[in-house]
Amino acid sequence: MTTLLTVDRVAKNFTGLRAIENVSFSLDAGEIFAVIGPNGAGKTTLFNMIAGVFAPDAGTIAYCGQRIDGLRPDQVCRRGIGRTFQIVRPFPALTVEDNVMVGALLRRSDMAAARRRAHEILSQIDLLDKRGLRASALTLPDRKRLEVARALATDPKLLLLDEVMAGLRPTETDRMVEILRQLNQSTGVTILLIEHVMRAVMALAQRVLVLHHGAVIAEGAPGEIVRDPAVIQSYLGVEAAG
Amino acid sequence: MMGRLLDGVSKRVLIGLFTVFAALIIAPLFANDYLLTILILILYFAYTGQAWNIMMGFAGQLSLGHAIYVGLGAYTTAALYVHFGIGPWIGMAAAVAVAVVCGAIIGFLAFRFGVGGVYFAILTIAFAEFFRIGFDHFKWVGGSAGFFLPVANYASNDLWNLRGNPAMFYYVLLAMTSGAFILCHILLRSRMGYFWQAIREDEQAARALGIDTFRYKMYAVVISAGMTSISGVLFAFYYNNLFPEQIFHISRSIELILAPIIGGVGTLFGPIIGAFLLTGLAEALHEAMNALGFDAPGAKQVFYGICLLFVVMVLPDGVWPPLKKALRLNPHESDRGKS
Repeated sequence: MTTLLTVDRVAKNFTGLRAIENVSFSLDAGEIFAVIGPNGAGKTTLFNMIAGVFAPDAGTIAYCGQRIDGLRPDQVCRRGIGRTFQIVRPFPALTVEDNVMVGALLRRSDMAAARRRAHEILSQIDLLDKRGLRASALTLPDRKRLEVARALATDPKLLLLDEVMAGLRPTETDRMVEILRQLNQSTGVTILLIEHVMRAVMALAQRVLVLHHGAVIAEGAPGEIVRDPAVIQSYLGVEAAG
Repeated sequence: MMGRLLDGVSKRVLIGLFTVFAALIIAPLFANDYLLTILILILYFAYTGQAWNIMMGFAGQLSLGHAIYVGLGAYTTAALYVHFGIGPWIGMAAAVAVAVVCGAIIGFLAFRFGVGGVYFAILTIAFAEFFRIGFDHFKWVGGSAGFFLPVANYASNDLWNLRGNPAMFYYVLLAMTSGAFILCHILLRSRMGYFWQAIREDEQAARALGIDTFRYKMYAVVISAGMTSISGVLFAFYYNNLFPEQIFHISRSIELILAPIIGGVGTLFGPIIGAFLLTGLAEALHEAMNALGFDAPGAKQVFYGICLLFVVMVLPDGVWPPLKKALRLNPHESDRGKS
């Protein structure tokens, strides 16, 4: 296994609030890795640092052996990292197909080739029959899927998914899990997901990182994580009790 | 090339376009001078609206100072003609260059420092005001007293020097408007067109898909500015007089964005339909009031305003999108039939 992404002792403060402190982990090419933790644990901040939205205050992030911290989001994407947004951001007035076309055109200048690629992805992700609809007409589960499709169209080696299961019904969650697993197996795309839905995490992730108050409190296989006393105390237990 | 240009365009659209174009070509044979003047005005607004639409309709950057580019185009060519005897077609190249540089400076200042939305619009107004006041004191081109092109009574049309009768200007504008329409059609369906629309819809999401948003916004400003300056060239040689208080005035900037707004922002037909409706409406009101013998000052403007208000309220996306639906010209339906 080769290392695809290395996050080394990164930290981020927001005007005195320590959002992320000394977080390190690394991703192997081809694996599915989940980051979990209570609200406010710093998951999205961590995610945004990898995606180039913020530069870390300390530490480094390396992708394929090259530092990417401090790059702009578009530069990060061009290196091969695709992302989704927790609160979906489709291009509302464009059709589903054209939304995905935008992503596919990043590495293709031929319109016909981009359209073929968009169709391929839409069929993988069960949206092909809705390709003529405006994105604003889609339901939330479909928008979440469109978010994934658009990111996939940029041909990423690493796919960052920010709570793509949130707001989905259990059957829809299972379908998304199935789609992601198939993608991972057929294309070898590495997936880093932030997720609250433990059903999805347990089914998908090979390794899990648990954040709490901006720091790592546990890392390991999903089976070990759910039995970890610190994790139960700070996250799972709280959720079960609440 | 031709096949590619027409790719995905339905037969109904082509027949419609051809009919309108043919009608516009033979129009001067039947139109009297008054009607021809109105048609020239319509084409001027259609062309300029199309150019503005690239920035706002395609890339989502609201410019309320597009009079800058009209003015710069007009003054550059007029000055070259009057002072150095350089013809308008060569002057046009200089005009485009000047407008492109000006657009690039405004774009760079705004986009480099993250000025967006209404603040960008205010910046464009500020620049237009800067040029208005600047040209008031620019004695080389007449300052506030105005700059005049020599008017001679030419027996024949001199296309090379753009001296001639209204029909010649009409055909030049018709060619420009058609060219702009085709160019916008190509742009909108190009890779750049997709990136522009992504930026317009959600800039942050566009950036996350790897689009260098700064670069593509700069392209939009520069192309739009260059195209707009050409309408300034026509303005100068058609009217033969230029006043900074007129050409750079904010009312000019507003006037030239009305056609695409009424017709449909971001659509190819919007600026053209809007120009026909608005200019037609203004003239029809004028005629109707004359016929009724009602000539209270400002009444025409009030009616004009009410009509605009009505269109904006009833058709918030402009006239073209619902019209397109009514005429069943939706491209996606034909696409679906094909694949």
